[in-house]
Amino acid sequence: MSPIPMVKAEAVHKNFGRLEVLRGIDLEVQPKEVMCVIGPSGSGKSTFLRCINHLEKIDAGRLSVDGELVGYRERGDRLYELPDAEVCKKRSEIGMVFQRFNLFPHMTVLQNVIEAPLRVKRENRVLAVERARKLLDRVGLAEKVDAYPNQLSGGQQQRVAIARALAMQPKLMLFDEPTSALDPELVGEVLDVMRGLADDGMTMVVVTHEMGFAREVGDSLVFMDGGVIVEFGKPRDVLSSPQHERTRAFLSKVL
Amino acid sequence: MSDAVAPRPEAIKAVPVRHPGRWLAAIVVLAIAVYMLYTVVSAVQNDHTARGSGWAAVGYYLFNGLIFRGILVTLELTVLAMAVGIVLGVILAVMRLSPNPVMSWVSWLYIWFFRGTPVLVQIFFWFNLNLILKSVDIGIPFTPLWLHANTNSLIPPFMAALLGLGLNEAAYMAEIVRAGMISVEHGQTEAAQALGMERGLVMRRIVLPQAMRVIIPPTGNETISMLKTTSLAFGASVTELFTRQQQIATATYDVLELLIVASIWYLVMTSILTVGQYYIERRFGRGTQRGLPPTPLQRFRRMLFTFHAPPPAADEMPVLLPRGH
Repeated sequence: MSPIPMVKAEAVHKNFGRLEVLRGIDLEVQPKEVMCVIGPSGSGKSTFLRCINHLEKIDAGRLSVDGELVGYRERGDRLYELPDAEVCKKRSEIGMVFQRFNLFPHMTVLQNVIEAPLRVKRENRVLAVERARKLLDRVGLAEKVDAYPNQLSGGQQQRVAIARALAMQPKLMLFDEPTSALDPELVGEVLDVMRGLADDGMTMVVVTHEMGFAREVGDSLVFMDGGVIVEFGKPRDVLSSPQHERTRAFLSKVL
Repeated sequence: MSDAVAPRPEAIKAVPVRHPGRWLAAIVVLAIAVYMLYTVVSAVQNDHTARGSGWAAVGYYLFNGLIFRGILVTLELTVLAMAVGIVLGVILAVMRLSPNPVMSWVSWLYIWFFRGTPVLVQIFFWFNLNLILKSVDIGIPFTPLWLHANTNSLIPPFMAALLGLGLNEAAYMAEIVRAGMISVEHGQTEAAQALGMERGLVMRRIVLPQAMRVIIPPTGNETISMLKTTSLAFGASVTELFTRQQQIATATYDVLELLIVASIWYLVMTSILTVGQYYIERRFGRGTQRGLPPTPLQRFRRMLFTFHAPPPAADEMPVLLPRGH
């Protein structure tokens, strides 16, 4: 018997008004797998990522994380919306890193990292601080604990954002173009941290434009366009010998 | 290539551009101001009062005990009405942005009503509440545990004015707080939600603290405005500053002098609030700018020494100038 997939999407549809953003996404992410998602802007890759932790509601299909439906409970053949508290509880088990970092600017680095463990999980303060320091040390920012986000470079901010997500000890990490807002020379430091995470066996879904990262770190690669998965496979195969015309056209522009 | 840096050339010493227009404008404005001041001063001077010239009377009333008691009531009303306004305003703003349509509509309706009717009318309504409601009875049904209170004793004049001013203020504060909350980037809410924080927690810990920077300046304005609006409590015969000066003026016919006394005190109080507002804003600006803006005193000192508009403060340009001299 195969293990329960960490993420399982079956015919996921999403529309914003009349605009169909996702038109039937089927995929599975296994535990400890690193899946990279690439595609042109507007292809629905970020939207799909946001559906996984219910920042967006899906309109049709089934989406589950770790064997449980996202945002709903199924009883008999009916779906019941989950109350806010339960949605939040499930979100707390999924880490998310944003393109624009979204650190809390009125809090220091340390406060950013311990906020959710203290307020959402009600952890002991001493333990939370201790873990936060370890995480910040791991992302190479041990000496920045008392700095405010606006005193840090983009790369540093993004590494804090990763530490903040890890502080909740998630079983799945979602990355939404984590290096797209960074100056070129700062991209490497963030990718290094992500590579370390992958090596430690974290399950990750990474929406990215970093083909090198996808090739070296990814276990699987998804190419999305127009709200559907056009191509799926081992990163090396997809990147070096794409099967579809649209994939080839996209790769020729970005590589 | 050697690492030697070329010596820094001498600092620029240029003759500044002259501004004759500024001088001309200053003279004209000064002349008008002097004329207007003279008109008022001489009018008061020539007014005959029981204490001699009008200015003698102003000096006497300025530190009159009744006036002082009026000032105290004015301050009390200002503080309490603003407290009611801010607390209720935050609640209304959160309700207004709530996904619950009942909450949102109740808040909308409240703001519509209290912002849409004059404060004076509202104060009169509270003052005359007994016309609507003779008495208030609170208790547990089918038991003898009942509290009975006459409306007039429940809402004395001060309370009527406080309710009128405070509830009206809440409508305005709600809009100010809402504007502040909307100004916080949506990504902040999303990041907090992604961490598993519930709506209330997101509001309290993430959105409201960041909204403060936008909320504080207009709240300062509201406080200053409230200090003056308390004079409408005159309508409910609350003995605040304006009512007091009016009472004395009616008895002594020193109308002009007492209006001047009241104006002086209102100006003193609003000036103190203005200074306070400046420092509070400066405090909440921390973390958004690299350096804090100079205090007015620092600015003034700098202007004295340069005879020009103040140059950027040293701490506004941390890269170019050394700090702490």
